[in-house]
Amino acid sequence: MSDNWYTFISLDLPALLTALFAGLSSALVGNFLVLRRESLMGDAISHSVLPGIVLGFLISGTRDPIPIFLGAAGAGIAAAILIETVGRLGKIESGTSMGVIFSIFFAAGIVMIEFAEARNIDLDADCILHGQLEHIFWLPPEPLEISFSLLKMLPAEVFSSLLTLSLTIGFLYLFHKELLLASFDSELCDTLGFRPVFLHQLLMSFVALTVVVAFKAVGSILVIAMLICPAASARLYTDRFRTQLFLTALFAFVITPTGYFLGTRADLIFGFDHSLNAAGMMAVTAGLVLLLSVCFAPGYGLLARLKHSRRVSYRVDCEDLIGVLYRVHEKNPGQGVSLNDQSLITLFGNEDSVKHAARYGEKNGLLTIEQEKISLTDNGRSTGALLVRTHRLLENYLVNYAGFRVDHVHHTAHRLEHYGAEAITGGSAPEGISSEIDPHGQPIPKKSEK
Amino acid sequence: MNDANPLLTDLFLILTFQGGFNTNLVLTATILLGMAAGSSGTFLVLRKRTMMSDALAHCTLPGLAFAFLFGILINIPEKNFLLLLFGATLSGFFGVLCVHGLVRFTRLSEDSAIGAVLSSFFGLGIVLLSAIQDVATASAGGLHHFIFGQTASMTQEDLILTGVVAVCALIATLALFKEFSFLCFDSESAAVQGWPVGRLDLLLLLLVTLVTIIGLQAVGIILIIALLSIPASSARFWSQSLSRVFMISIFFGALSGYCGAAISALLPGLPTGAVIVLVAGFFFFISFFFAPYQGFLAERFRTHSLRLRILREHILRASFEYIELHNQDKGSLIPFSILPGMNHRLSLTEGKVFSNLKREGLLVLEGTDHFKLTDTGYSAAAKFTRSHRLWEVYIAQQGSIPGSHVDYSADLVEHVLSPDIVERLEQRLSKEGRLPENVPESIHALDRRRS
Repeated sequence: MSDNWYTFISLDLPALLTALFAGLSSALVGNFLVLRRESLMGDAISHSVLPGIVLGFLISGTRDPIPIFLGAAGAGIAAAILIETVGRLGKIESGTSMGVIFSIFFAAGIVMIEFAEARNIDLDADCILHGQLEHIFWLPPEPLEISFSLLKMLPAEVFSSLLTLSLTIGFLYLFHKELLLASFDSELCDTLGFRPVFLHQLLMSFVALTVVVAFKAVGSILVIAMLICPAASARLYTDRFRTQLFLTALFAFVITPTGYFLGTRADLIFGFDHSLNAAGMMAVTAGLVLLLSVCFAPGYGLLARLKHSRRVSYRVDCEDLIGVLYRVHEKNPGQGVSLNDQSLITLFGNEDSVKHAARYGEKNGLLTIEQEKISLTDNGRSTGALLVRTHRLLENYLVNYAGFRVDHVHHTAHRLEHYGAEAITGGSAPEGISSEIDPHGQPIPKKSEK
Repeated sequence: MNDANPLLTDLFLILTFQGGFNTNLVLTATILLGMAAGSSGTFLVLRKRTMMSDALAHCTLPGLAFAFLFGILINIPEKNFLLLLFGATLSGFFGVLCVHGLVRFTRLSEDSAIGAVLSSFFGLGIVLLSAIQDVATASAGGLHHFIFGQTASMTQEDLILTGVVAVCALIATLALFKEFSFLCFDSESAAVQGWPVGRLDLLLLLLVTLVTIIGLQAVGIILIIALLSIPASSARFWSQSLSRVFMISIFFGALSGYCGAAISALLPGLPTGAVIVLVAGFFFFISFFFAPYQGFLAERFRTHSLRLRILREHILRASFEYIELHNQDKGSLIPFSILPGMNHRLSLTEGKVFSNLKREGLLVLEGTDHFKLTDTGYSAAAKFTRSHRLWEVYIAQQGSIPGSHVDYSADLVEHVLSPDIVERLEQRLSKEGRLPENVPESIHALDRRRS
């Protein structure tokens, strides 16, 4: 076996597995925090566990994980309860009560660390922020043979994070329907007898559990990043919760190794002398995934929404142009309009908009441009007839049913005509509304007119 | 005694500004910082933007690191406070801008945006710090103090700069007091009246940024939110008036800075920021429990005395109605069981009410489960019954509620009405010539409640 492989398996594999399991469980639980608009509870709890950790440490005097875990979980749950209680009894807004409570807890933790150092216990506040991924390693015997006894030698952090992950998946599998109900409609949940308050406390306990287990290995910053970023990114792709869960897991799978290798192999990639902080790098990667999703997600990404609104505005502009051309054609059949026509330019705001709209119409076969002159094709004429019919029917409707004055209907009808033209004119005009003549005295085109 | 406890003597010296020039400077700077944080924090809390300031603080870390690297690049020896603060301001503002952008242009809610930006920026900062250790091992140690806060690492110039900026922020907040209070209480109507709400919000953010930036080195990135939110939310337990809350918040900020810095000067190992926050937290819990206006105990006491008063009025009215219903004279025996839920064994609260009534000479106890109204007691009972029935009439007529349904509503409202409202009702009735001299007849069946 080559040296590289041995280094990978002894140094990287346990750290990577721990980070992956921890990241996956935080990301899954985070979905509910994001949905419930309680993301910052993750932040608050992850800061609040500090005094519990130090206390577990001070009492046991060793790095034994069990008292530390118990202390941390106790502090996390205590903080969650205090935040809720102080906010309710003191009538303080939830963000503020979070800020008050978690900062007091964190400050207490830092002061306790100083006392611990006075008693020669080595505990560093920094490593609580960005974890100790670099310290998770093992030295398997050479040559490597995969066996059960070998796996048992893996560092304890790997198993604790794996256990958390399985607990989390089990919890979500059993309770995801109830949690969803409580997140979306807590009143309905209450009337159906599911006790949303209890579910909420259960969820918060799971957040505390994930945070505690994850953060000894990867630090509080990565925990917050993994709680929020993957779930927030996934929300930009889909409206379905199941899809969102799978996407979140996928993102966690991508973020963890990418961040880990960007950090630990920084000497190879960026040319530094040492590696960079891996947990911090994972947080940055999580942020980058969110940034990319914000920009490029097909559902709710900025680009997709920009494209959609551009498409709509092109269509509306083009329909406006066709409307103008049809009205000209009504008066003088067969006549076109010059691209530089002054009233056209005034209507559209500037020359470019007219040209854009004309080109969009030409591309869709609705009009032709010959020597700066636009005229409708047959197809364009029937579209125009439909539009003008919609417009004038709407004017009739607004005057007769909505009580508009005759000289006020044009603008409203002009805006409405772009939405669902087929739906309105496909059927016949409503009862009592003339389908022959509009309020201004102009004839309404027939359905099949050109 | 002074010899017996040198630690106390030292504390006294430090607290009375006799602990040497440098200590005094630290004390003054932290007091001013606390005052500035207390003042702008009041509006931050009222505007519900506390966690935004947390994001702001966390986002300064990459800026600090970049500024430090930039300093090395242009050969500035050691760390340059101004340059670092400039970098911190830039990246902090950029972070807040990202949060705003995410909220404005995507479907993410504010909390997710804050959490995501906060953690990824802070992660970036941690990565950059680990890169800096690579480039400059010797001088990078100072940067770590920005995370947890340590006044001992500040030079005299740093402290003076901190104090001056804090005073400026304090003055600016005072000058904009009226505008900010309008913004916090009713931003919509402020906008309608033509106030530049957006710009005022930005200004508030700017002031908070200033406080955050100068607080970084003394209190630290993670705990600066405490300095902004704890004094302000403590102050809210003490008063209802904004100007008083504002003053108290400034006072608590100053007090936390003062005590925290003194304790940390005494025990140099302790991080100043954490001590200041613990002191502030101590005052928060004192306020939470003991403040006379909205403190926990005061509220409990008020609820309890209201409950006693309601029970007392119920007992008096029930006695009157018992006498009325059974056509007895006013000195007759009345059983304890006149109220629903009451039997011959009185609960603690009921016993308290009965012994109060007895002490005031309104009733005398007869045997173990009966009592008698005295003459004064009877007239007091008549008075309560009268006002209850007046309310029933009012509710039945003005609210068009059937007579059989008014009992409950009148019961809800009568205990919390102030005397002047009752007086106004009586004046109105007497003007119409409808004010009954004695207790009017009940407009619903009486024994219904006791069945």
